[in-house]
Amino acid sequence: MKYLCLVYSDERLLHSSPDSPEDAECWAYAESIQGSGRMVAAEALESVQTATTVRMRNGKLSITDGPFAETKEQLAGFYLIDARDLNEAIQVAGHIPAARVGSVEVRPVRQLNV
Amino acid sequence: MSEVRARVEQVYREDSRRILATLIRLLGDFDLAEEALHEAFFVAVERWQRDGVPDNPRAWLVSAGRFKAIDVLRRRARFKASQPLLLAQLEELEQSEWDAEDVEDDRLRLIFTCCHPALASDAQVPLTLREVCDLTTEEIARAFLSAPATIAQRIVRAKAKIRDAKIPYQVPGLNELPERLDSVLRVIYLVFNEGYSASGGEQVTREDLTREAIRLGRLLLELLPDPEVMGLLALMLLHESRRSARSSPDGELILLDDQDRELWNSGLIAEGCDLVERALTTGRFGPYCLQAAIAAVHAEAPTAAETDWEQIVGLYDVLLRAVPSPVIELNRAVAVAKRDGAQAGLTLIEGILERGDLQDYHLAHSARAEFCRQLGRVGEARAAYSRALALTRQEPERRFIEGRLSALDRLLSP
Repeated sequence: MKYLCLVYSDERLLHSSPDSPEDAECWAYAESIQGSGRMVAAEALESVQTATTVRMRNGKLSITDGPFAETKEQLAGFYLIDARDLNEAIQVAGHIPAARVGSVEVRPVRQLNV
Repeated sequence: MSEVRARVEQVYREDSRRILATLIRLLGDFDLAEEALHEAFFVAVERWQRDGVPDNPRAWLVSAGRFKAIDVLRRRARFKASQPLLLAQLEELEQSEWDAEDVEDDRLRLIFTCCHPALASDAQVPLTLREVCDLTTEEIARAFLSAPATIAQRIVRAKAKIRDAKIPYQVPGLNELPERLDSVLRVIYLVFNEGYSASGGEQVTREDLTREAIRLGRLLLELLPDPEVMGLLALMLLHESRRSARSSPDGELILLDDQDRELWNSGLIAEGCDLVERALTTGRFGPYCLQAAIAAVHAEAPTAAETDWEQIVGLYDVLLRAVPSPVIELNRAVAVAKRDGAQAGLTLIEGILERGDLQDYHLAHSARAEFCRQLGRVGEARAAYSRALALTRQEPERRFIEGRLSALDRLLSP
């Protein structure tokens, strides 16, 4: 079963807290998940200031700057993993280095009914 | 006929949760397992009448439940191509899958799944009471003073999350066990506390909930003899031992100091103290065991005046180091007051309140009021009791505080 692990963090603290992981540690963790065969994809994201939100309403495309809502934590990156069940996904998510400064939302991927 | 029916009912009472737990493992679906369970018992009445009661009724019922589930899945498959894989797996199952002793593990799996921390915390308790204890939604709603529809909705949502997020039906491995066990113990203690010091309503206690919590504690101990499980069960037994002493026949609250210790249940006390000792000798005890040890010191004092407050303060010190919490600090302050006098307790409580903790906790204000009263500071006592009264929702506690307030009023204007 696939799970998307969404890494949220207050961007101002993500790289400046004493617990903040270095890029090298994040890279090493991603490598270890890759090595265990559970990795589908993972990326870190640029700051939310670079984000653009797109909506389609009544056939008209609307484009706005920034994320859809003001929140304290922003999406900082993601892991898409293959795990046996939620417990295994929680173990992978809990050890993502950024979980020390932010939080990780674990969401099962829904199979489309087609 | 009635003899067979009585036997079926007996098996239901004794074994229905074991059978359900095994069916959930085999079927991987709570709702399907419940449907299969009820169909299996329905069929049993007729079959056992005709063919006699089987040697192993439990295995027979699991087997019958499996066949019923296969029927249900076949019917569903006719309407849409759903779960052909599950159907195939189910048809290939061997009897050995549900004959062995690991059906006991199924009960443990069920407990850990219902108390999984990924489930909403307000759903863990009702789900456990529904699935593990077989309480109806209406009974749970009555016990927690909520609407049956609310409880039913929480249970439905929790089951949907178990299915959709794929929460596994398993006992956690050793690396996850401590935190997962915490969650199970918390659920059991919540059930107990709701029954013991009902947070609202007319009665001081609601026995059915404390009974279920103790039953769960015993079951868990049987399946998983961990020191903290012993500690929790001991704590519940020791509290329960005072049940008939802690309220008067007309429902008024009686404080520990004023209780008639003859009314304490010595059987429960002996069992509780024994468990505390067993847990302490492991050296791996935690907060539940320490709280039980404190309750045991109270239980062993022949009169309130003979309580070993020195030992109780010492146990609170250890407990506070293990789990720093303002509520434990408050309890410690009360013990210190017993040992060193009301002024010592009052200083500690004022320290807690001044840093902003426990402002909305009625027991903090009533403890403060009590110490002020003992020190003759009547005006402050009155103000603190009034604050406590505004914060408590439980009728006997309200009446108790009102009694204290009118006694103070008599002092002020004789």
